[in-house]
Amino acid sequence: MSVTTGLFYVFSAIMLFAAFRVITARNPIHAVLFLVLTFFQASMIWMLLKAEFLSITLILVYVGAVMVLFLFVVMMMDINMENLRRDFWKHFPFAALVGVVIALEMSAVLMGGFRVVDEPSTAVVAGASNTKELGKLLYTQYIYPLEVAAAILLVAMIAAIALTLRARKDSRFIHVSDQVRVKAKDRLSVVKYAATQAAVPTPAADAASEEKKA
Amino acid sequence: MILTLGHFLSLGAILFALSVVGIFLNRRNLIVLLMAIELMLLAVNTNFVAFSHYLNDMHGQIFVFFILTVAAAESAIGLAILVLLFRNKSSISVDELNTLKG
Repeated sequence: MSVTTGLFYVFSAIMLFAAFRVITARNPIHAVLFLVLTFFQASMIWMLLKAEFLSITLILVYVGAVMVLFLFVVMMMDINMENLRRDFWKHFPFAALVGVVIALEMSAVLMGGFRVVDEPSTAVVAGASNTKELGKLLYTQYIYPLEVAAAILLVAMIAAIALTLRARKDSRFIHVSDQVRVKAKDRLSVVKYAATQAAVPTPAADAASEEKKA
Repeated sequence: MILTLGHFLSLGAILFALSVVGIFLNRRNLIVLLMAIELMLLAVNTNFVAFSHYLNDMHGQIFVFFILTVAAAESAIGLAILVLLFRNKSSISVDELNTLKG
């Protein structure tokens, strides 16, 4: 039993425990934190499989961004857990049966059918880089899917903002399209007016000025 | 005892089964349902990486890259819908999402 095998079992055990806690934790914040632990263990297992780039991406991008987003949302909400966990364990026997059947059947087939061993010919060549190989494929053969993925991310970002944007009723702001559509004549009208005009003496004004003098 | 492809695939299968059980158990709690979906995607990604390593084919890892992208988009929109739901109903219980019922 080599070191790698031992590490695989350690990582798998922690990963499965953390995944079990994700689905059973009473506090949703604990569930998110256990999900982060699960992702860390998964990334370590990917590292054992020599997928360094994806393993680091999983931690930096997925744990660093998506899981933190989960954490934000969970912390923002005041969730009534008693109502949500009402008869939580009611369907557990059935669920456990289904889960055990899935796991056992798939494991039996996969352990029996995929006895592929890492051949020594695929050992690391000096200077070979997983990231470089991935980049070569991604930017040549997969350039079009890469751009589609970028578009999907953009659409998701706009959709998320548009869904959660809430216009305040009491905020004062200028409607930009109205402002752009304004013509000069809507705002300013030129009135013809003589430059000089004869003063018209009014009797009341004269009387007032005389009173002041007196 | 040496690690074979079967070990990694079995790990993915067990993780997938666990998240199926999670969907059964947390059928009211929308946020844990989203987390269970994340776990399922992780299991699938582990399978892809294992196949990619043992069959010595980089295309599997490219696939994982795209799955991660789409999963990130999915969870962002899912959480946005969740926030919207909580704002309107003050609850994230799946039981209360019956306004479309005829």
